[in-house]
Amino acid sequence: MKFDLDSYREIADALVRNKSRSLLTGFGIFWGLFMLLFLLGGGKGVKKMLSDTFEGFASNAVILVSRNTSLPYKGYKEGRYWDPKYSDLDRLRTLVPELDVVTGQIAFYNWKAVRNTNSMSVRVKGLSPEYSAIETPKMKYGRFINEVDVLNKRKVCVIGKEIYRNLFPEGEDPCGSFLQVGSLYFQIVGVDFSSGSLSINGNATNTVSIPISLAQQLKRSGNVVDLICATVRNGYSAKSVEPSIRQVMARQHNYDAEDESALLILNTQEIFTLVDSLFKGVDFIIWLIGLGTLLAGAIGVSNIMMVTVKERTTEIGIRRAIGATPGEILSQIITESVALTVIAGSFGIVFSVLLLNLTEVILSWNGEVASFQISFWTAVLALALLALLGIIAGLAPAFRAMHIKPVDAMRDE
Amino acid sequence: MLLELHDINKTYFSGQPLHVLKGINLSIDTGEFVSIMGSSGSGKSTLLNILGILDNYDTGEYYIDGKLIKNLSERQAADYRNRTIGFIFQSFNLIGFKTAVENVELPLFYQGVPRKKRHELALEYLDKMGIRDWAQHYPNEMSGGQKQRVAIARALITHPRIILADEPTGALDSKTSNEVMELLKELNREEKVTMIIVTHDPKVAEQTDRKIHISDGIIANG
Repeated sequence: MKFDLDSYREIADALVRNKSRSLLTGFGIFWGLFMLLFLLGGGKGVKKMLSDTFEGFASNAVILVSRNTSLPYKGYKEGRYWDPKYSDLDRLRTLVPELDVVTGQIAFYNWKAVRNTNSMSVRVKGLSPEYSAIETPKMKYGRFINEVDVLNKRKVCVIGKEIYRNLFPEGEDPCGSFLQVGSLYFQIVGVDFSSGSLSINGNATNTVSIPISLAQQLKRSGNVVDLICATVRNGYSAKSVEPSIRQVMARQHNYDAEDESALLILNTQEIFTLVDSLFKGVDFIIWLIGLGTLLAGAIGVSNIMMVTVKERTTEIGIRRAIGATPGEILSQIITESVALTVIAGSFGIVFSVLLLNLTEVILSWNGEVASFQISFWTAVLALALLALLGIIAGLAPAFRAMHIKPVDAMRDE
Repeated sequence: MLLELHDINKTYFSGQPLHVLKGINLSIDTGEFVSIMGSSGSGKSTLLNILGILDNYDTGEYYIDGKLIKNLSERQAADYRNRTIGFIFQSFNLIGFKTAVENVELPLFYQGVPRKKRHELALEYLDKMGIRDWAQHYPNEMSGGQKQRVAIARALITHPRIILADEPTGALDSKTSNEVMELLKELNREEKVTMIIVTHDPKVAEQTDRKIHISDGIIANG
């Protein structure tokens, strides 16, 4: 077998001068690779968009929500409601050492935020500085709520992205200016641009965060908190600390420790694991479909080459009659197959990259930050796979071509 | 003797066994201009295939230039076909997607001759055949006579010692037919190429120096 430039020209001629045949043969591969890469890129993009939803949210958080009791206990009837208290935070910190950050939240809904002539309905959350361990804020301007704010019950606030966009349409730094929320005026100390949509008591984008101590005063219900949020220390699972949390809360608030419905414990670890396995499933299906399509393309190439070889019996016979060895015919057909596959496949790669890019551009018009591109190494791997497929697809037709006798050329068409 | 055949037998076993060649004895010397005549089914095509190492024979001995041609490897057979023997077919058998000059170049491609050199040589041979102007044309743009000239140029380009022509004028009108025969005669005369023409046309056979009649698998005269 010869592998010089000349042989490649011979192959290129055979392919280029039989355009429709080459196009038809290559299309299967083109389509297969296009599908595989487009699905991979698309899958990656959708995954990225989904995981953006969880962005900034602690993956080891537990959220405690009080509910009506379902069992009678110590003379209390079932169906009693109880309130978690601010003091529970310290209690949990001491009695459940596996917990890292323990913090409370107090929320108000549908308050009206007004600045000049602009207004919008917002959510107000009373938070402490540690809350940033649960939902990491992305500070565009200024800072988050701090210790001093909480200690002095300062009338300061951090506003979300959506509020900033609506009330400060000029895009200036709002820190220091005042915002009317409900009947009160708060000084803005920061703008939080985090956009994760998994959040407690509503999205961070249209939330006004204020010091928890101030929120407590506004709520006028003693030291009640709406929610308790905590993170679990490294090395412990959220699931494993649940029983001790239930014990502590039940003893303090006089309900049965066995009463699971009295205290709802949301566990982000479980959600993250679920989403993770969902992604893995989606990945598996994508590879299955993509590789299947690619394989079908390769079989198509093999099939058409098979017919082609039959059609080219005379040509191959002539080549044999004027001195081509069977090995030369074999390598010619396989090289043709590989060249076709690789060229058609490269078009598939380019086309899928273009289309993925287009998807990105279109989505970014709607303000989504999307990333649908496949990685460089995925493309390289795909190309290597193609060359291999080309060889395999060319094998059967090549062996058939090899067995064409020169006498076959002499038969009249 | 350039070609020598002793008691060549060939039977085809596709369905009913068919004994096609029944002991052929033949010798052809260098520079001879020979025609092999016979009706269809007489075995003349089979004989040509064996002479051109396109097919194997069952028993007997076939020598080219004193070398026994039997059980050759594919590589050896390809080499003989490439260097020693040139073929001219009735249906020209040019490759349709190649231009005239590229068709002529093809045997040299399999010899590993560089592209530029074989292109020059091919043009030279087309010139010799009087169709240099048609070098860049595809076979379907040419007349039968022109196609056969391309095929002759392709057969000659490797300087073979033997040219085997299977009904070279079979697809041509009588005028073109005569031109092609003149050309073959000239080549035989000037280049001393041994020319073996298989035909059933007595007018073609008339123009050769020696006529070999084959009928029913044996040589009737020669």
